[in-house]
Formats: sequence, structure tokens, C-alpha cells
Amino acid sequence: MKQLFLVLLIVVLYALHQDVWFWRTASPLLFGFLPVGITYHVCFTLAVSALMGLLVKVAWPKHLENVGEKKSETTPPPASASTPLLSESEDAAS
Amino acid sequence: MIPAIVVFIYLASVLYIGIFAFRRSTHRNEAEDYFLAGRSLGVFVFLLSLFGTNMTAFALLGSSGHAFANGIVTYGLMASSSALIVPLSLFLIGTRMWALGKEYGFMTPVQMFRDRWECSHIGTVITVVQAALLVPYIIIGVMGGGTTMNAISGGRIPYWVGGAIVALVVMSYVFFGGMRGTAWVNAFQTILFLLFGAIALSVIGAGMGGFGKAVNELMASPATSALLTRERVSPLYFFSYTFIPLSSICFPHIIIFCLTAERLQHFKKTVVLYPICMLAIWLPAVFLGVTANRAVEVPAIQAKIEARRTLATQSATLSPDQKTQLRAKSAGDDVLVRLLEHYAPLWLAGLLGAGIMAAVMASDSQILALSTMFTEDIFAFYEGKAKFGEAAQVYTGRIFIILLTIIAYVVALRWPQSIFDLAVQFAFSGYSALLPLLVGALFWKRSTKWGALAVTLWAAAAVTAVAIFQSVVPAPAPGTETGFGSLFGQALISRTPAGTAVLGFLPVVPMVIISFLLMITVSLLTSKPNEQTLRRYFR
Repeated sequence: MKQLFLVLLIVVLYALHQDVWFWRTASPLLFGFLPVGITYHVCFTLAVSALMGLLVKVAWPKHLENVGEKKSETTPPPASASTPLLSESEDAAS
Repeated sequence: MIPAIVVFIYLASVLYIGIFAFRRSTHRNEAEDYFLAGRSLGVFVFLLSLFGTNMTAFALLGSSGHAFANGIVTYGLMASSSALIVPLSLFLIGTRMWALGKEYGFMTPVQMFRDRWECSHIGTVITVVQAALLVPYIIIGVMGGGTTMNAISGGRIPYWVGGAIVALVVMSYVFFGGMRGTAWVNAFQTILFLLFGAIALSVIGAGMGGFGKAVNELMASPATSALLTRERVSPLYFFSYTFIPLSSICFPHIIIFCLTAERLQHFKKTVVLYPICMLAIWLPAVFLGVTANRAVEVPAIQAKIEARRTLATQSATLSPDQKTQLRAKSAGDDVLVRLLEHYAPLWLAGLLGAGIMAAVMASDSQILALSTMFTEDIFAFYEGKAKFGEAAQVYTGRIFIILLTIIAYVVALRWPQSIFDLAVQFAFSGYSALLPLLVGALFWKRSTKWGALAVTLWAAAAVTAVAIFQSVVPAPAPGTETGFGSLFGQALISRTPAGTAVLGFLPVVPMVIISFLLMITVSLLTSKPNEQTLRRYFR
């Protein structure tokens, strides 16, 4: 459920990037000089940063974190390594 | 001459950083230390350097030039879409690539592809296509260095000398410092970028009598009011453009850079702060580009505006040569430099010139990436490392850097920039079309080497086809297009003034979709790697 919610959030944000509603207007001007079309995308950029913060907080691939430590202990060559690093079932929200 | 002196101080500084990095290195003859900084970069160097690596001269100069001609749409088109897609791809792909590199010692994506798909020469094909798409950037970097040195010195330093100086400095710190030197220089350059945006905005804003005045004048004039909206670009084009940032993670210098972080944790701050860095650099660059249209007291900018007006009103009566000349005259890539020349004090113009120089010199990581790919994917793979040892591999990488820089410099002197500008445009689409390689390898167990080969050949063929199409069919007059074939009442392929459209979309859209379809169908029709290999990658 959490995975689905995060994937939906990404899709919604991507859809919000296509803001046809402010296409042909410059007003209102933020602070008296910033047209609404660019103000919207400045806010969009800040929202992306917040989304990335959320992904880092709730969907961080923790299982990859100890990889370096394992290598320094054993240094296995590729052919003999046996620990899987990826999971097909994992996605953006894993 | 003061700006040129400040720029020389800047060049000396980056050279020192590169050589200092060389002296700090304790394992100079080890490939991992030279090409990946020993996978030891700290969190802020990783963030600043990754961002700097992704920002080319276009972020500062090209974006303000694009905004000068097209208006505020430039920000949504290029910056906010990248602000979403680049950190997302770092989060999804960069972290997994980092882990595989750390675990299995991969130094290039092709090493991972070879292991993951149990292939050899197919990996070589991928390397060759990646390299072919990357070389134009290096040539553009040399050209940008020559042009900028020439402009900043007021024409006293000729183009060929400026290009040679910049090429020599970049080559030297990459040669000595390897990834560590390149990363430190990039981090330093990113700090300059960030300062540049804030200072340029305040100095030019004050010089123009406040942005409120400039924007209200732009709004009041029918000729410029559209620059404050997005009506100069269609929503379909705007949508298509979101496929371009998919290329970022596929660029060899970006995915290789993901392997340099000491800890996975370093990606956390990077993905969260990346959009903020985009905002800090692109917003001033785009906004200044738009408001430059009111800087009519700057003679060079006034000449550009007049050339653009002539092009728009008298296009039907102009000869092709006249049109070409007027297009060149109206190009806005130097508007930021012109604004600074006019509004900034001399010493500050020099400092800001160094900021521009930092943007122009972004080819360092691309040179190093090509060297890494050559030594790892070709030299080491075809037994060079086994025969001559690791130290010889690092020397080979260093010699490759010298040769590549010399070739890029000679080509930059002999060929017109327009060819490489076009090649760079195509390269973005080409790398986007290579995305299924990383997605397939990291997320889809059933993907195969034959699927990977199909994707690679398709990307190369599609880029070549679009390049040939654009060279054979001349660009139509602004506001018109030349269509070929028809589907759903829409021209199948059109030659537009700015490039090519397929069913109204940028070519990158069908290129990426077909690329994914090829990966899926060809992989399903061929045998997957053996279970032992797959078990090392997937649960």
C-alpha cells in the first residue's frame, strides 16, 4: 500500500508538471516581477525536493547500505559472490 | 583586461586543486583510486560535484540564451523537469549501481552489463555507442573555452589560444588528479555557479532599475509580452521535453560518478538538495535571459533584438544566407556576458567571468569517463591489464586523456561549432533511448543481452536517422513546418525550424518507447542468463 501511494505521488507530481492552466497568462506577478508561469514551476521544484525527502525517509533501500562493509571483509570476485543485491519486486517504493 | 586576469587566477586555482588531489592520493597506480577516487568521496563533495558534473555550459549560457528567445518556458522545459527526473533516477538507479560497484568492483556500467547479461562483445558495442555520443561534448567544451576567453579578454586572446589554454588546464588536472581532482574542481565550480547566480541577479537587477520595471515594460509591449507566458511552445513539445532528462543517468560520466560515493547515505542529501541547486542556478539564468529583452541600452543586445525583428517581419524576402546571418546575430547565448559587461563593475565582471568559465569547463568529467571506459571496457577487458599490470592500465588512461584532448582541440579548430551543437542535441535523445539498458539490468530479471544489443543498435540508428533527416531537409521558416506522411491527421515526420517532430512529439519520445519495447520483446524471445548469475542480482 505504501509502495502504491509513493508511486502515485510520483505520477501525480509528473502530471502536475504539465500545467496547461497558466499557459497564456503572465499575471499575477509574484513580488511584482515573477510571472505566474515561472512561480508555479519554482513551487513545483520545491515540491520535488519535499517528495525526495519523503522517498528518502520511507523508501530508502536499506538493504544496500552494508554492501561496502561486506566487501571489505571478504572481497569476493564477481563470479563467486552469492548475495543478491537487487530484488525484482522492489520498485520506487521498496 | 582585468576580467581576463581574474579568469587566469581561476584557471591557476583549478590547476592547483587537481595537482593537490594528485599529491593527496596514496594509491596513485591503482585504477580504482585514479578513476573512482577510491570510492571515497564525502557527502558534500559528492553532492556538489555530481551537480557540477551534470551542469554544462548550457545551464548558464545556453539557458539564458534560450530564455532570451523563448521566454520563461525555458525553466519548466529544462529545469523543473530535470529537478524531478534526475534525483529520482539517482534514487532508483544510482543507489543500486553504487551497491553493485561496491560489491563486485564494477567501475563502468558496461562491466556490470557484461557480468549481468553474460556477454562480451555486446558490451564493446555499448561502449562504442556511449563514447560516440559523448565525444561531441568534449569538443564543444574546447570551443566554449576559446570563445569565452576571447569574449572576456575583449578579443585580445584569440580563439585558438583561449581554446588551447582551457584544454591544457582541463587536461592537466584530469591527468594528475583523476576522479579525485575532477570531483574537487567540480565541487569548487558548483560553489562558483551558485554564487554567480545570486550576484548576477542582484547586480543586473539594480543596474536595470529593478526587475519590476523591466517585467512591466515587457508585459506592456505586444512584441515581448509572450515571453512572460509559455505560448511560444506547444504543450505537446513541453511534454516531450520531459523525456530528455532521462538521459542524465545514462551519461557515462554520471553513472560512473555514482560509484565514487563512500557511503550509500551520501545519496540522501544529494537527491533532496539537487532540486534546490537546480532552482538556485536556473532561475536567475532564465529570468535574466528574459529580462535581457528590455536591456535595449546594451548595444550588443539591441543588435540581437533588431536582427530577430528583421527575421520575423521580412523572412519571405530574405535569402538563405541572410537568414543564417540574422539567426547567428540574434542568438542569445552571450546575453548574460553582455549584461555583465554593461552593468557589473570591472572586477566583478572578472569574477563572474570565472563563473562562466567554470560552466564552460564541464568537459573534465566526460574526458575522465571516456578514459575510464577505454581502460576498463576495452584495455582491461581485452587482457591489457592481465598482460601489463594495473599501473600500466592507469598510465594508459592518462595517455588516453592527452590524446583525446589533442584530438578534441584540433577538431575544434577545424570544424564549425554548429555541427557539434547539433550532435549534442542528438546525444541527449540517444542517451535517453539507452535507459532500458540500466532499467532492464537492475529491475528486470528476464532481460537479456540480445535485448540490450537491440536497444543499443536502435538508439544509434535512430540518432543517425534524425541527423541525416535534418541535414537533408532544410529548416523551414519560423512558424511553419515541412511534413512527410500522415497518421491520425497529423504529419508522421515533420521538419520544424528547431529540429524534427514525430507525430508532433520530439523524436526522443518514440525513441524511448520503441527502445523499451525492443528490450521487452527481444528479451522474451531469447534465453535469459543462467540462474547462478541471476541469483547474485535478484532475490
